[in-house]
Amino acid sequence: MSKEKALIFELSRPGRIAYSLPQSDVPETDALPEELLREQPAELPEVSELDLIRHYTELSRRNHGVDNGFYPLGSCTMKYNPKVHEDVARFPGFAKIHPYQPEDTVQGALQLLYELQQDLAEITGMDRVTLQPAAGAQGEWTGLMMIRAYHDSRGETGRDKVIVPDSAHGTNPASATVAGFKTITIPSNEKGLVDVDELKKVLGDDTAALMLTNPNTLGLFEEDIKLIADLVHEAGGLLYYDGANANAILGIARPGDMGFDVVHLNLHKTFTTPHGGGGPGAGPVGVKKELVPFLPKPMVEKTEDGKYYLEDDLPNSIGRVKGFYGNFGILVRAYAYIRTMGPDGLRQVSENAVLNANYMMRRLEPYFDLPYKQHCKHEFVLSGNRQKKLGVRTLDMAKRLLDFGFHPPTIYFPLIVDECLMIEPTETESKETLDQFIDVMIQIAKEAEENPELVQEAPHHTVVKRLDEVTAARKPVLRWKKS
Amino acid sequence: MKFRYLPMTEQDRKEMLSTIGVESIEDLFSEIPESVRFKGRLNIPEPMPEPVLIRHMNRLAGKNASFDQYTSFLGAGVYEHHIPSVVNHVISRSEFYTAYTPYQPEISQGELQAIFEFQTMICELTGMDVANSSMYDGPTALAEAASMAAAVSRKRKIVVSRAVHPEARAILATSAKGLGLTVVEVPCADGLTDLKQLEAAADEDTAAVIVQSPNFFGNIEDLAAIEKTAHAHKGLFIVSANPLSLGILKPPGEYGADIVVGDAQPLGIPASYGGPHCGYFATTQAHMRRIPGRIVGQTVDEEGVRGFVLTLQAREQHIRRDKATSNICSNQALNALAASVYMSAMGKQGMQEVARLNVQKAHYAKKRLAEVKGVETVFNQPFFNEFVIKLSRPVKEVNEELFKAGIIGGYDLGRDYPELKDHMLVAVTEVRTKEEIDQLAEVLGGLL
Repeated sequence: MSKEKALIFELSRPGRIAYSLPQSDVPETDALPEELLREQPAELPEVSELDLIRHYTELSRRNHGVDNGFYPLGSCTMKYNPKVHEDVARFPGFAKIHPYQPEDTVQGALQLLYELQQDLAEITGMDRVTLQPAAGAQGEWTGLMMIRAYHDSRGETGRDKVIVPDSAHGTNPASATVAGFKTITIPSNEKGLVDVDELKKVLGDDTAALMLTNPNTLGLFEEDIKLIADLVHEAGGLLYYDGANANAILGIARPGDMGFDVVHLNLHKTFTTPHGGGGPGAGPVGVKKELVPFLPKPMVEKTEDGKYYLEDDLPNSIGRVKGFYGNFGILVRAYAYIRTMGPDGLRQVSENAVLNANYMMRRLEPYFDLPYKQHCKHEFVLSGNRQKKLGVRTLDMAKRLLDFGFHPPTIYFPLIVDECLMIEPTETESKETLDQFIDVMIQIAKEAEENPELVQEAPHHTVVKRLDEVTAARKPVLRWKKS
Repeated sequence: MKFRYLPMTEQDRKEMLSTIGVESIEDLFSEIPESVRFKGRLNIPEPMPEPVLIRHMNRLAGKNASFDQYTSFLGAGVYEHHIPSVVNHVISRSEFYTAYTPYQPEISQGELQAIFEFQTMICELTGMDVANSSMYDGPTALAEAASMAAAVSRKRKIVVSRAVHPEARAILATSAKGLGLTVVEVPCADGLTDLKQLEAAADEDTAAVIVQSPNFFGNIEDLAAIEKTAHAHKGLFIVSANPLSLGILKPPGEYGADIVVGDAQPLGIPASYGGPHCGYFATTQAHMRRIPGRIVGQTVDEEGVRGFVLTLQAREQHIRRDKATSNICSNQALNALAASVYMSAMGKQGMQEVARLNVQKAHYAKKRLAEVKGVETVFNQPFFNEFVIKLSRPVKEVNEELFKAGIIGGYDLGRDYPELKDHMLVAVTEVRTKEEIDQLAEVLGGLL
């Protein structure tokens, strides 16, 4: 049975309050002229504190997070979010400090940022890292703006094309546009990798960069990466690494050693910071030395006598990309993770992520179409084509998974695989969890053959059934209104 | 070495490798060419057990002077406010904070409804028709607003007041380079946007006029006059506003703003050395389909029960790729939730009361500081919770002395405005007591 939940506005009763403020202890002033003031107060809820807590507790019960159950959402790296990180990020010395305090009074914060810059440079094999971008997409844009500044500084202003493979994340072409580039999309080859011949056709003196995710969104490592890097560099372009899939390569291979010039990482993926229901994240960007002058300002630096400071005097910088120094509270969590794992731990993370993905892939292979047969890295894609012939779509299978308490994989992405299911288990899941999920997937494959309606009509056990998204978009209701 | 986040046992590993049909984990990486393999160990510090980590983090945090130890009069876009206890309790529920973007609405109704409520509250405060689910922060929301205005108006020139936060203008400049927009800055007169200069700058080619109110100096702009100039040539009128001030100030929507942006940090979000905060973005019905980022809409399920979904996705990068209205994907959802809880806790009455307290304390402080020898008050304009004073000594020196007395002083305006050398921007919120304000006055009196 579906169940509606009242909006907090509908719980509101005039006169109830959930706040507590001290009386004013300063003399009354008629401080502001009447015409500057609101005539009507904002229609915000009037509830008691218990009403408020019950409301949000009920909302939380209608939400699925990693702590509720398995969340194999491909390319999103839904790994465990360590609890100690939540504690340390709330230390008053981190949470209750102002970004404009004098540097002398925030040496601990600056030290943390400096060390994180260094650690991420080492992990990616780059020369310098900026921590300013707030998310992966902002990192992409930051990186592309630096690439633009680099070409401009060499007088090569005609380089206005960014090449992306057809398996790329949607943010890649979107970020290219915002940075003022045009996107060229190239098809992948039959192995799911960059088609080198197609790449050669589009490389030229208008090439600004090639953006690659490696392993790519099919979970496959670009074996020809050295050749690709050489070709792009020979054409005068630069190589951009989308770090969404970095969970596969920690301590095993570094983008800097593969020939990439610019890298972004998603700390909310690889480095365990919580996704928060869609953010906040952090998207630091690393660059090779040729691009260092163009990094956003300010950068965190250290003097010879061990004092940390913010360097704003960077004449060739692309400028600022975000307020202050990035999502500091998120950076604190990622730093704590790197300190917890150390060099061997990070390597084990990737080894186990890849082991888990390959184990699931081989166990599911008999029941679903597997478009790319080679070993995968941290994720893999299946196709629901076999089930589609029985009238059961990938969307239906995803919805059926909800009945078993699992978050479904990413579906219908990458766009180059029909009825795609993109599965990323992560390294923090045990074999038992993987087995449970696999068993349910096998059961759903059987249901598709024997009782397709059961799958087509799923989910059966969620608080609401499938929602009418078409009407939502055609006749948008985007806010509550007092009736 | 074993790690508590990695559950695989030797036995598991053996069984799994055998199912896969390989000898070792190494075999799973066989296609990575030798030439790009990382040989050796990452040069990062060795792992810390949890107690050691906590001690280490405590030591780093202890090197920072926090609001718990010092009385702060620093604002300039980031404010110390009381955060009701309920806020942290709600956002600490891991069903919220360990979830991804709500792609599967049937198991994400909690997040989706919370965002729908957030959108409503932002509309209520700003007086606008629609709001999105959040942006990275106020400054990036402002840059996105400029980008949207250019797309809507098909014009390339952005006119922005110099009384807009310097960091927001810096990000606008970076972003404009990418988008091929021209930015023209309009000077100030007596702490407000110079209306004559604004009129001269805004013309047929202007996509948008951007002001901030309360502006960077804390002063409330003449939005009615600016609206006329902004709309005289069919450009958009963009207002950046501190949402807490809108508890009592007339909302920009009532002045005819086309886009209202700002940062929800004052609404229950810690200063946290500048982030994560939470940008908000609100606009009119007319521009609904041009808005950047995620939006939640109300709908019904197969049984007619009300539910919520991500909607108008045809604008977004995962559908439109290079034609998207913005590249934003991750936003600041958890902080939008924090702001929602804050606005629910303060409610209709509390939002007015907290805003009024800010006004009263700040006005008392300005009056009190005006009595101090060596302090000159400048800009005789209506203001919210921040004001500017001129000191007889350099601000940096004064702040060093104040710090010794347990006070974090105001912002040194000379950093961004050469003409405002020795001018300090002082923020006084509801958390400051009369005693603390008097103490600031006394200590300043001894220094100047």
